[in-house]
Amino acid sequence: MNINTPIHTIYGYFNEKFGTEWKVVAESLTAHFPEAIEATLMPGVADVDMPTFFLKKDQAHAVLQNLKDVLGFNFLTDYTATDEELEPRFHLVIHLMSLSTKCRVRIKIKLADQEKMPTLISLWEGANWAEREIYDMFGIHFEGHPDLRRILMDMRWEGHPLRKDYPLRGYQVFLTPEPLDPELLK
Amino acid sequence: MAKDGSSDFFTTKLDDMVSWARKNSLFPLPFGTSCCGIELMSTLASGYDMARFGAEVVRFSPRQSDLLVVAGIVNLKMAPVLRNIYDQMADPKWVISMGACASSGGIFNVYSVTQGIDTVVPVDVYVPGCPPAPEGLLNALLRLKEMIANGDTHSQRREKALRGELS
Amino acid sequence: MSDSNSKNFRTDSPLDIARWGNPSSDDALLKRDNDDIFEDSKVLVNIGPTHPAMHGAFRCMAKLNGEIIEKSYCEFGYTHRGKEKLGENRTYHQFVVYTDRLNYCSALINNVTYAMSVERLMGIEVPERAVWIRMMCAELARVIDHLICVGINAVDLGAFSYFLYGYHQREKAYTLIEKLCGARLTTSYTRIGGLMSDAPDGWERELKEWIKETRDVVDEMDRLLTENRIWMKRTKGVAIMNREDCIKYSFTGPNARAAGLDVDLRRDQPSMFYDKVDFDVPVAQTGDVFDRYYVRMEEIRQSLNILTQCADRIKKGPIWADDKRTRIPEKDRVYNTMEGLIHHFKFFMSGFDVPKGEAYTPFEAANGELGFYIVSKGGPTAHRMRIRGPSFWHYQGLDPMIRGEYIADLVAALGSINVIAGELDR
Repeated sequence: MNINTPIHTIYGYFNEKFGTEWKVVAESLTAHFPEAIEATLMPGVADVDMPTFFLKKDQAHAVLQNLKDVLGFNFLTDYTATDEELEPRFHLVIHLMSLSTKCRVRIKIKLADQEKMPTLISLWEGANWAEREIYDMFGIHFEGHPDLRRILMDMRWEGHPLRKDYPLRGYQVFLTPEPLDPELLK
Repeated sequence: MAKDGSSDFFTTKLDDMVSWARKNSLFPLPFGTSCCGIELMSTLASGYDMARFGAEVVRFSPRQSDLLVVAGIVNLKMAPVLRNIYDQMADPKWVISMGACASSGGIFNVYSVTQGIDTVVPVDVYVPGCPPAPEGLLNALLRLKEMIANGDTHSQRREKALRGELS
Repeated sequence: MSDSNSKNFRTDSPLDIARWGNPSSDDALLKRDNDDIFEDSKVLVNIGPTHPAMHGAFRCMAKLNGEIIEKSYCEFGYTHRGKEKLGENRTYHQFVVYTDRLNYCSALINNVTYAMSVERLMGIEVPERAVWIRMMCAELARVIDHLICVGINAVDLGAFSYFLYGYHQREKAYTLIEKLCGARLTTSYTRIGGLMSDAPDGWERELKEWIKETRDVVDEMDRLLTENRIWMKRTKGVAIMNREDCIKYSFTGPNARAAGLDVDLRRDQPSMFYDKVDFDVPVAQTGDVFDRYYVRMEEIRQSLNILTQCADRIKKGPIWADDKRTRIPEKDRVYNTMEGLIHHFKFFMSGFDVPKGEAYTPFEAANGELGFYIVSKGGPTAHRMRIRGPSFWHYQGLDPMIRGEYIADLVAALGSINVIAGELDR
């Protein structure tokens, strides 16, 4: 019993409902961007709940543009990262949803430590804060981001808490309130 | 004073008199940050009605209030702000630490959370619970009034110590 | 950004809209001293982190031109509690309590969503009675959340008594929840593969009485405020977020539906038994404060409908899934047999293993799409516990929403999108 066990009460019938749609997306992407896709994990075969495409960083923007404009995955549901403790170290994880069919796909982009990722703000404005959060929590830099600063932690904080090597109780104490950045309202 | 009004004065210490006045007109500043803030609102609203204990006039300006109710998490980014607010309040001032997060960090023993606000400001009454039921906060309020009457609070003890009265 | 948001500007504003596009003295604004700050009537106003109008601890700085917000800047993180990090360090069973503190106005929805996410990874189907109870919990929490949201939104705009109507009814709902699990706010009611305890006898009957009362109260609240002239003036056409912007900023839930973005995961991706109950999804068109308020009011009514249907259809039965991995040992066995005691000890000290896999499980929470993205590499703790809180995305949309509005409308806008610090900062 694992992720591929069909459970009706928790979206268990998704494989039947979206099975064909997922196949269409996967085929379309592999046909249009054979270079860009490193790997594809399909539900039922791998341990995932929705199709997961590993994209190359350089072509990620073009593929996402295609997903958004042509295949209809126009809603950015979630944008986050994971620390895999492997080489390459980070996976950026993007969840997309199609507003017309309510079908979902997951995009992953592998990034090495210190590697920079081009920003996705041109596709979804909402990616702004999500990228800031990823920067804050994992220390991944985004090229072309207009305002890449810490968002949850104090701006004087050192280190990135959600990295696996950051200790759970790594407190950092500040005696004065966070200073106001005069650049904020430019 | 006798019942028939024959004697129209009574003796007391000025300190007791002032404490009596202070304890019956508390002006709380609700420093509500998270879940406990909702329970604080419940306590202020009609069902539990904190007005019964002379503490219904909520002031959001630290300069107009003398009771700081820290309801909810105070993390390391917020702690200096809390200290600023405490410093802005006029003496004598009292602090109620409401809930496990404020009192000790609670279940959040993690990089971003202050492990108890007593590392930042002196606390008079701690209220246990996550979040405490409104009854708990009312009990704390009554306890605080008792402490004010006896002159046991941090603020009053500091005052006494400055006057050299504290043994 | 300026291009798409320019249509959000109010047309009745006395100031020249075109001039706001290129404020020339921006750099100098923050450096000038107090004497010439009124030179071109631009003022910087800081609201928060502790301010009555900010429901929770976050901060909003607004650059004003006269009374009109030219640009705002939102900051948060004042209640960051590292829940995602804790998710990687606590067992799946221990993490249930942390989910309460996400959206603390509707903790039951978080419990239910989290339990579903882990059950999905483990392939567990909970029995029918547990599902019905979970549905009732979710809807009850939704009603409470909406009552708080509209109530506080009204308080911020001066309608204090309106708030008391909702709060009174909310206290009664808390009594119902107390009967269910013993806690008022932070419930921790669900367990992986079941529920903490069964609903007591006659709970459905009490729930039905509460539903009946709440219907009347909601109608009364509706009559009290909805057509009030002051309320309409303060809310209609204020802080508009149109459909396109909602998609851009990933708005979900009532805030998106108020702008005509017709997505409701209860209907579109029905989990539990939402495909078996009958309800409507209220959708408005403008996306202003009034629409967000009214969509919430309608949703309360729809939730009450769902609650009635659930209370009618629930039957007696088991509340635990037939799965030995997640079943908490019976107290009788724990106290009387050695094996039971060992089982209990192992269950709570080391937790249960979740098979390898990753899943993103969304659910329509009171504010919008709440999702748990759990990556499991086997073992009793998650490799990554991502929480997608709707408030994070809604708060991001506040700046484009309030540009060109009056400073007083900032309060109305913020109250109407119902940002909850717990799920914003996590």
